[in-house]
Amino acid sequence: MRDQTPPVLAEPTQANPEFTSLLWPTLTTSVRAGEPQDDPSAEVFVRDLNVSQIVEAVASEREESDLIARLLYHQAGDVQTVEYRHEVFRDLEDAALFEAAGQFSERMRQVRLHLAQLTKMSSRQQREGWFLDAAAIYCDAVRAFTKDLTARPIASTGLLSFRGYLTAYLNSDGFTVLATDTASRKADLAQVMYQVRIRGPRVDVSRYEGEPDYSAEIEKTFERFQQGAAKDYRVQYRTWPGMTHVGAQIAELVARLFPAEFSALASYHRQHAAFCDPVISQFNRELQFYLAYLDYIRPLRSAGLRFCYPEVTPAAREVFARDTFDLALAAKLVPAGQTVVTNEFRLAGPERVIVVTGPNQGGKTTFARTFGQLHHLASTGCPVPGSAARLSGYDQIFTHFEREEDIANLTGKLEDDLIRIQKALLAATPQSIVIMNEIFTSTTLSDARFLGEKVLAKVIELDLLCVYVTFVDELASQDPSVVSMASTIVPGNPAERTYKVVRKPADGLAYALAIADKNRVTYKQLKDRLTS
Amino acid sequence: MKAHLLFAEADFNFGADLPPHSADLIQDLELRTLLDAMAAGDEFLFDVSARVLLASLTDPDDIRFRQDILADSIAEPQVIREMYRVATAALQDKRKVWGFFSSQQPTSVLSAAVGQLEVLIVRLRELRQIADEHAAKFASEGLTTLLHTLQLELDDEYFETLSHHLRQLRFRNGELLSAQLDRDNSGINYVLRSGSSRRGWKERVGIEPRSVYSFSIHPRDEAGAHALQDISNRGINLVANATAQSADHVSSYFTMLRAELGFYVSCLNLHDQLTARDQPTTFPYPAPWGSQPEFSCTDLRDASLALRADRVVGNDVDADGKKLVIITGANSGGKSTFLRSAGLAQLMLQCGMFVTASALRASVCRQVFTHFIREEDAEMISGRLDEELKRMSAIADDLGPQCLILFNESFAATNEREGSEIGRQVVSALLEADIRVYFVTHQFDFADSFHRQQLGSTLFLRAPRQADGQRTFKLVVAEPLPTSYGRDIYERIGGWLGEQPAGPTPPQRR
Repeated sequence: MRDQTPPVLAEPTQANPEFTSLLWPTLTTSVRAGEPQDDPSAEVFVRDLNVSQIVEAVASEREESDLIARLLYHQAGDVQTVEYRHEVFRDLEDAALFEAAGQFSERMRQVRLHLAQLTKMSSRQQREGWFLDAAAIYCDAVRAFTKDLTARPIASTGLLSFRGYLTAYLNSDGFTVLATDTASRKADLAQVMYQVRIRGPRVDVSRYEGEPDYSAEIEKTFERFQQGAAKDYRVQYRTWPGMTHVGAQIAELVARLFPAEFSALASYHRQHAAFCDPVISQFNRELQFYLAYLDYIRPLRSAGLRFCYPEVTPAAREVFARDTFDLALAAKLVPAGQTVVTNEFRLAGPERVIVVTGPNQGGKTTFARTFGQLHHLASTGCPVPGSAARLSGYDQIFTHFEREEDIANLTGKLEDDLIRIQKALLAATPQSIVIMNEIFTSTTLSDARFLGEKVLAKVIELDLLCVYVTFVDELASQDPSVVSMASTIVPGNPAERTYKVVRKPADGLAYALAIADKNRVTYKQLKDRLTS
Repeated sequence: MKAHLLFAEADFNFGADLPPHSADLIQDLELRTLLDAMAAGDEFLFDVSARVLLASLTDPDDIRFRQDILADSIAEPQVIREMYRVATAALQDKRKVWGFFSSQQPTSVLSAAVGQLEVLIVRLRELRQIADEHAAKFASEGLTTLLHTLQLELDDEYFETLSHHLRQLRFRNGELLSAQLDRDNSGINYVLRSGSSRRGWKERVGIEPRSVYSFSIHPRDEAGAHALQDISNRGINLVANATAQSADHVSSYFTMLRAELGFYVSCLNLHDQLTARDQPTTFPYPAPWGSQPEFSCTDLRDASLALRADRVVGNDVDADGKKLVIITGANSGGKSTFLRSAGLAQLMLQCGMFVTASALRASVCRQVFTHFIREEDAEMISGRLDEELKRMSAIADDLGPQCLILFNESFAATNEREGSEIGRQVVSALLEADIRVYFVTHQFDFADSFHRQQLGSTLFLRAPRQADGQRTFKLVVAEPLPTSYGRDIYERIGGWLGEQPAGPTPPQRR
């Protein structure tokens, strides 16, 4: 859904305390974020880090999915904005307020759905009734949420200023008139009763005057057509009352039968054509960002995983995270009842680069993703996986994960790898983050070592934050800025993985044959399988 | 009446599931490019081509049956395309007729069935005419049988009989009905009528303010009319049923004819494109699977690549007697291209097509498998080696004697020593199970261990590098070498600085 501006202009409200945005502390940043963007889901790091999976899961089922996705794909821009969002998130951690916000936004959604359907209705009477219903829901939403916001403890600048705005709006003349009129029209229409009699092609519509239930006679009439066990060819008709042309014609006649009620409804429709307050609509749209993300992480918290509000510093010299995990992966494992292994990392002093080695399928790739995801999520102002974290602001994240071979690229996979790395390293600055995952696998060990050393040398020269996953153990001890971390195994059972990546020297252990055995493709196993 | 253009005595089962691992073949061998060329923008042809291409034949006689038809088709392409057009048009005509009657009323069923038969018969006459004009031009068993059957079964007398019945059936149509509607819009008091005038005559008379307002349903209101027709016309149910079944039979003949001809039309499309690009094509010789493997080719090209790239290098390979072919050498040296060309040629041979080569002779295998290096498993749950070995394990579920499997940089997701060990174990087990293996690898340790065994049944091909560091893309018979060329590329692209050194660059196409 594109941003939907509410129909026409708002009714004037008398008091109007300042409320700018739930997302941006100042108007200038808000304007900046409104600029059209390229499709961020196509970016390399978004795909490699599975950020797109997170965004998809958070946003896709939502109203305002575009806005939510945009906010999750892009850095908030400055520390002030990150903190502004942290405050709102913290307020919404209050379960009762979170529920109230959810109800408010669901009502506002109903209002929008109603209003959107109006254009498809060709019958004036249906349109006006549906419009009245939308306004009634809107009034309920405003009243209930004002009450909830007043009852719950809130501390964020964003929500406090909105509460001020909303309270003033609720007491304004404009809203009072809307609420009174809506209640009157609803009461009018609840009194209307009429009847329709159809004979042949002819339909009679009149006021209801107490005729008895006709359905028994209808059933009797139907019976005469049920002779023998013939196949039933009846077509199912849309039920009455509905949107059929017949229903519309009837409604029009009912309106003639009850002129007072329907002319009052018509003037109500004219008078309140733009009942939605644009500031409230905007607040509701922005609120979706918070609700969607909190909804997404709620089951993970229930499963015992921790989230925290990281300290984000531009170009931090020290970064760390405790009890952290790959959010996209956790969102898949938790519903399946599987355990999520948490990890930690810390870079301090001269340390800038983590080289991850160790047995395959030991969580190396996941660890690398986690590092990148964490920084990205922190930059959007969301709570991040972990019990505590300090993270660095950055200009760009560069990732390099293996690609499939492409026939259109005749220069070969290795050259393609090198050209892509070259591009990234040329564009990277000391404020960048680089995540590389087992590149150069399509070449020899000696080539991989040579090229890996070249990459690391450049990374060290740039003095940027980097996670480098490799099977070349030698790379882990290249420089004081390099920290060696390794995936670990269960002693005595190499096929079982701990998915723990810990700080320790590269130990040259790899357990490929254990994986082969697990998949029943060792020589002996294949022989048995192929001859049986 | 049967089309029987894909098998001499059976229908092709277009509804069958694709063979296991077809998705791998499509992806690894870039079949989409080939299929796109065969389809020439027609989704239906794409589907037909994919199904026929992937359902490999295993009997050389079956292959030759199709090769003969395809040779006839290439000689008389306009006749084949015309028959295909007629079959396609027949089904389109039929759908148009059906489109007017979406309900399940017997009147509608009957009316639609008669309408369908009328248009289908027109197309049957066209087919007969084509058979009369062109039957003599063909030599293949498949096409001569088809055209003679058309002449025999669809004689003039038969067409007369059909026309008579259709006139009778049309006479049942045209009854009109009226009904009353209740508050829930279901019908009551159905009345069958012979005329259409149901308009209430008292309407519009009242002038004073009224307590009752009325309106009438339009006589062309289909929703109302449909509800009534089925009741009054239950008597025609059986006739409608029988007629509809007849229409179905005729149209399924056209469906089959269209699909089976579709394969040959697709081949013609491909042939046109390859010819326009000056690429060689030839009918390969299918040899039975025996103790001595056969695979020899001259100027074999990757058919998919030939459809996309401007310059394609063909390979001459004599792998007769070889159970294992290991391809090593320079990156960007044409290893994968050759591997794909061999896999594609095998598939094309085994569905009765021509291949992109000037000559090719190969043993017919039971099934072709591929195991190519893949992008990191997007599901994340498993690591890369595990993903590779899982795929290998899934292939092993369906592998058996007389199969052919192509590996491309497999088992490289771990270090060279361990990757080589896994490769050795897998390949040894496959060879001992009468499975033939093509293996592209950069793992010297793996390739060298087979080289040191000095087996006569292993062939080593290498993507060479010329003295100036350029690749030729043409493979030569040569043992594996203990180095690769990553350093070259690094230097040629100017390291991380991106400064291109002077000198020629290899052919590129982006």
